[in-house]
Amino acid sequence: MLAMNFRGPFRVRADRNMPEPRIEHPEDAIVKVLRSCICGSDLHLYHGLVPDTRTGSTFGHEFIGEVVEVGPSVQKLKVGDRVMVPFNIACGKCAFCKQELYGNCHESNPMATAVGGIFGYSHTAGGFQGGQAEYARVPYADVGPTVIPDWMDPDDAVLLTDVVPTGYQAAEMAGIQKGDTVVVFGAGPIGIMAAKCAWLFGAGRVIIIDELEYRLEFAAKYAQCEAYNFHSIGDPVVFIKTQTDSLGADVCIDAVGCEAKGNMMNTLLGMKLLLQGGSTTALHWAINSVKKSGIVSIVGVYGPIDALVPIGNVVNKGITIRANQAAVKRNLPKLIEHVRNGILNPKEIITHRIPMEEVADAYHIFSRKLDGCIKTVLIPPTA
Amino acid sequence: MLTDETKPADFKKSEAADYSHIKGWGIDADPENDPVYPMKNRNNAEHEGYAWKRPAQQNDNVEILKSVERPNLTAVFGTASPPEGLNGKLRRFAFKYSESSYGRWLPLVLADRVGEVEGIIDDLKKGHVPNIFAERGWGSEWKHNRTNFLLKVAAVAAVAVVAVSVLSSNKENGDNDDGL
Repeated sequence: MLAMNFRGPFRVRADRNMPEPRIEHPEDAIVKVLRSCICGSDLHLYHGLVPDTRTGSTFGHEFIGEVVEVGPSVQKLKVGDRVMVPFNIACGKCAFCKQELYGNCHESNPMATAVGGIFGYSHTAGGFQGGQAEYARVPYADVGPTVIPDWMDPDDAVLLTDVVPTGYQAAEMAGIQKGDTVVVFGAGPIGIMAAKCAWLFGAGRVIIIDELEYRLEFAAKYAQCEAYNFHSIGDPVVFIKTQTDSLGADVCIDAVGCEAKGNMMNTLLGMKLLLQGGSTTALHWAINSVKKSGIVSIVGVYGPIDALVPIGNVVNKGITIRANQAAVKRNLPKLIEHVRNGILNPKEIITHRIPMEEVADAYHIFSRKLDGCIKTVLIPPTA
Repeated sequence: MLTDETKPADFKKSEAADYSHIKGWGIDADPENDPVYPMKNRNNAEHEGYAWKRPAQQNDNVEILKSVERPNLTAVFGTASPPEGLNGKLRRFAFKYSESSYGRWLPLVLADRVGEVEGIIDDLKKGHVPNIFAERGWGSEWKHNRTNFLLKVAAVAAVAVVAVSVLSSNKENGDNDDGL
């Protein structure tokens, strides 16, 4: 079948000779992929920043598909169902899944205990092939996959597998109360969605910070928020303090993760030499920009090894840090309703729809931020 | 040099923005949302230990490397790209260490780089010459960022010309040395 084939950092190809997935467990399903996104966190893999990303891997953890085969234990899904597949692989039975911590499942990733299984996200996240392919194996098919309502646009559905739930959970974990000032670092798809969702929790002011003008312009319009370029405001921490009467923002959200720009030392240690789990510049800014006793919410992805953060300021300011992979399934019912009611309009962030055969170009465009790229959807030839 | 100096007048009291036009404003506000997720649904199920009724076990038909921090394979796992070659040996070595150790992660980073080279060798063995230009998506660079692309090509060409001329010069000098 046709699938994305990772060959090394900055090198991928559309490979027509990739093996088709098969049922490997009684609770598996096989889906024919209808849409598959490239996520900003796929770029961490693409750039070679996530350990144990093996040659021959297929990325893709944001996809929807049509069920074409189910294992003998699958009860809820049937062949022909069109489903959105949350990026987390969750058993639904372990202590963590029972607490709706679907991103922390203990029965989906033997390679690491710190993270549950994720489709197409290296062997550090379980070694599963992803959805940037014509077909994908979906374990625990009765737990994660959710039937797409008839009225829903497939482009909205595919963004409900990660971008919307992660942005929403970023705002939720920030504990936003009415009137709060919320600062979002990063105007990628997740940051834009976090800014959008911050209003749903009653934020009084939402500020987003990035370095790419075209994304800031888009964020200002889409999320109806203030948008600033960190190259033009001086030190972002000082800037936020001046905007908040010196107290700091009520909450800060790190929606960047390990490829944050803006600090040469962090870039060198975290992105060039790989001696820490990524560049922590956005997190550093978040911790130092939030008010004393404020909340920092982290959804940006970092590598598994140590990373420099101003932990002394966390202690001295009494900051609460909340972080997790989004538990997609938990928030899906609410988010589906928000889409139905027109409160959220996910597909508007899609800027590129590219045939899967051109996956290498798609990655390059997204990685290099060419052609005003914000969100890319890959369309398989069989879709 | 620019500094971060500020004046008292630079600071302003945060003013609430006008959000009346934002559809859904406050719809999910919850004054009781404290402590916030992921703590609020805590049910202490983990106090029972690793005791839940486990899903059926997937057969391990290929080599799966397991974290030393758990006793068994998880009920499901991915079977893509099992360890092989020199990069596989490095990965097996890495998995002798815990997830909190550099011994785990640095060898894996090295293995990934070795795997890339082995991937090229493997391609060639199968008679497939990787199209590096296409795999790197440089066609899109040509399409959307042509000036930068041409500058890069020119820079690489210039470096190559300088390198070749330096090497040629050294060779000529060496030839002369031989002649003396």
